[in-house]
Amino acid sequence: MDHLILKVTTKLLFAPIILFAFYVQFHGDYGPGGGFQAGVIFAVAFILHAFCYGLEETKKVLPQRVLVIVMVIGFLFYAGTGFVTMLLGANFLGYDAIAPNSTHHAGQHYGILLVEWGVGTAVASTLLSIFYQFTGREPDIDQEDW
Amino acid sequence: MSEFQSTLSPIVFIDLSLLTMLLLVAVAMLRSRHLFAVVMLSGIYSLLSAAFFVSLDAVDVAFTEAAVGAGFSTVLMLAGMLLTARREKPKTPGRAPVALAVVIAAGAAMVYATIDMPAFGDPNAPANSSIGQAYVDRTASEIPMPNIVTAVLASYRGYDTMGETMVIFTAGVAVMLLLGIGSARGGREVCDKDSEGDE
Repeated sequence: MDHLILKVTTKLLFAPIILFAFYVQFHGDYGPGGGFQAGVIFAVAFILHAFCYGLEETKKVLPQRVLVIVMVIGFLFYAGTGFVTMLLGANFLGYDAIAPNSTHHAGQHYGILLVEWGVGTAVASTLLSIFYQFTGREPDIDQEDW
Repeated sequence: MSEFQSTLSPIVFIDLSLLTMLLLVAVAMLRSRHLFAVVMLSGIYSLLSAAFFVSLDAVDVAFTEAAVGAGFSTVLMLAGMLLTARREKPKTPGRAPVALAVVIAAGAAMVYATIDMPAFGDPNAPANSSIGQAYVDRTASEIPMPNIVTAVLASYRGYDTMGETMVIFTAGVAVMLLLGIGSARGGREVCDKDSEGDE
């Protein structure tokens, strides 16, 4: 399959989609969005790449073994934030302990940013590796098969 | 507290047209035997639901529905379709009176249950009056962010969200175990071709 227009469009769209994912990730405190949606958008950018350039090309950029590690790190980032607040003397995920002297609960803001980052990385890598598993089992399909 | 009267605003007509389209898409999905068309229609269904959620002022839910339902699920369904069959098997004609009776009874029970539901947008409804109102009242003073949904999700119910992240993680691990990832350190590739040849 060699579609020039699709490939050029994907090249144009790839970076803005990633940028939008980061916007959704870090802007979740102020508008709709958050880690989950950002993770999906991030994964979708790579799925688009895999659609146009083939799964093997995408796997060169983001190999499966990296995804597995990122999946674990993402979840541990979330749980780790909880344990850090426990070590600082608060409840599990009691973010106020991160900045105890703040008068406007800045710790809540930091804590939410941290756990959202954990959610984002975990969701992006998990969805992408599910996609790899599903599509990696079939050789390239012909146009007529659709 | 005075009795809440729901008013007929122009938004209602948008809602009604969206719901009608949802119904039409659902019927089209039921009637089609071509699985590619069904997958595409399910994407359209998700997108229409997302539009409906926007109309209900639930933008966060709409965002998720558009990204996951219309985007990612459609891709996964296509991938799943490629691994299985492209067309649904023709079903054997026949009548199932028990199933019909169960469906009618369950539908009637649901319609009966809606009579007791509070009116849409009723500020005195249980969902709006107790815990929801408490979140709205407390977020401004306790958590310094304008989006109450994020505050509830990540702080007030942070433990729930951790569980949800765990669910997604578990789903990923389950898919890897079922469909075969090989070794994470780049060991033996799992291949279907050999096992098919053995049969």
